[in-house]
Amino acid sequence: MADAESSQAGQSVQPVQLLYCGVCTFPVEYCEFGSHLTKCKEWLHETHPDLYDKYYSDEALQAKLGTLSLEAQEKLEKDTAKKEAKAEAKAEAAQKKKMASQVTIKRIERNKRKFVTAVHGLEAFDVDLKKAAKFFAQKFATGASVTKNPQGNDEIVVQGDVSGDIVDMIEEGVGLLKGVPKDNIVEVEEKKKKGGDGAA
Amino acid sequence: MFKKFSPSSDVSGQTSLKSSVQRSIRSGLLSQWKIDPETLEQIWPKKEPLTLVKCRDHISIYTLHGEALFFQHFDEPFFPTLRLLHKYPFLLPMVRIDRGAIRFLLAGAHMMCPGMTSKGGYLPPADAALPAGTPVAIHAEGKEHAVGIGITKLGTEEMRTVNKGVGVETVTYIGDDFWAVQTL
Repeated sequence: MADAESSQAGQSVQPVQLLYCGVCTFPVEYCEFGSHLTKCKEWLHETHPDLYDKYYSDEALQAKLGTLSLEAQEKLEKDTAKKEAKAEAKAEAAQKKKMASQVTIKRIERNKRKFVTAVHGLEAFDVDLKKAAKFFAQKFATGASVTKNPQGNDEIVVQGDVSGDIVDMIEEGVGLLKGVPKDNIVEVEEKKKKGGDGAA
Repeated sequence: MFKKFSPSSDVSGQTSLKSSVQRSIRSGLLSQWKIDPETLEQIWPKKEPLTLVKCRDHISIYTLHGEALFFQHFDEPFFPTLRLLHKYPFLLPMVRIDRGAIRFLLAGAHMMCPGMTSKGGYLPPADAALPAGTPVAIHAEGKEHAVGIGITKLGTEEMRTVNKGVGVETVTYIGDDFWAVQTL
């Protein structure tokens, strides 16, 4: 078996191994066109010092100028710096928004003593909703699903009143729920309105 | 083609392919790419079933174990994904753009003729000229690896004489939304 494989590998062309940047996912030589150049440089310097010298030493920078005129190069550098600042601001804003977004845990009365629990807003913290629903279902031994609520947002609906347990789980940061800050949890209770509203 | 692409809204379904269809794809790849059967076998072993991911606008992406290998628009030629092209750079004929054009390419622009006819650029010589509508790997001046994949809008000889307007239409490039999708 091993023999057959090695003989086959002898005929075919081996793939080129290429290092992708851990920060911007570009091949490292293209980092300079990305929007995190400073961070990329740091990353490369730490993880692959030899490659860092290849791409960012003085000679390499000189050679890179190539056919491009000096002004054009300057403009390019300025643009890159601007782009970087922009990307940073954007990332910061996204982070802020993430920190401000809330996870709502809603206890909905279904039928006097029966409840369902709706968890909304987990996706802002990079939680895979489908997996989380499966996880809840397994944990509480009840049904749990991802459904669209009337506003068109996805939420997890768990059968039974498990609001307290879910809060505890998020606070402890069990498995999938890691990274959800506990200060952002809001517990809400929703009673079924009287009349025909429940059927709608 | 892939400047905007989000798997949640653009993918309409995944199916595994019939073996007869896989066979025709395999022979199509062998005739379109500069590749020998052994190498293709290494990229896509015969026993492994290919998955077809259907997307908007008649784009089909073919994946192996969730990793996109190549894609196709309607029944135009197959394009390898950029990551596959990086591993096997000889799959597609190459053109090169000068340094000034890189940042436009990375913003999703199509490649204009002057960027390839200038000093930093490269077009295949006259005896290996490419007709219009050929998939090409777009390389960049002073760089080792491909930066994008495109399809020629003019023949390469025509590009030299006209030297104006779009020469290569960009299909996918480093950092576009398709690049960001690692697995489907």
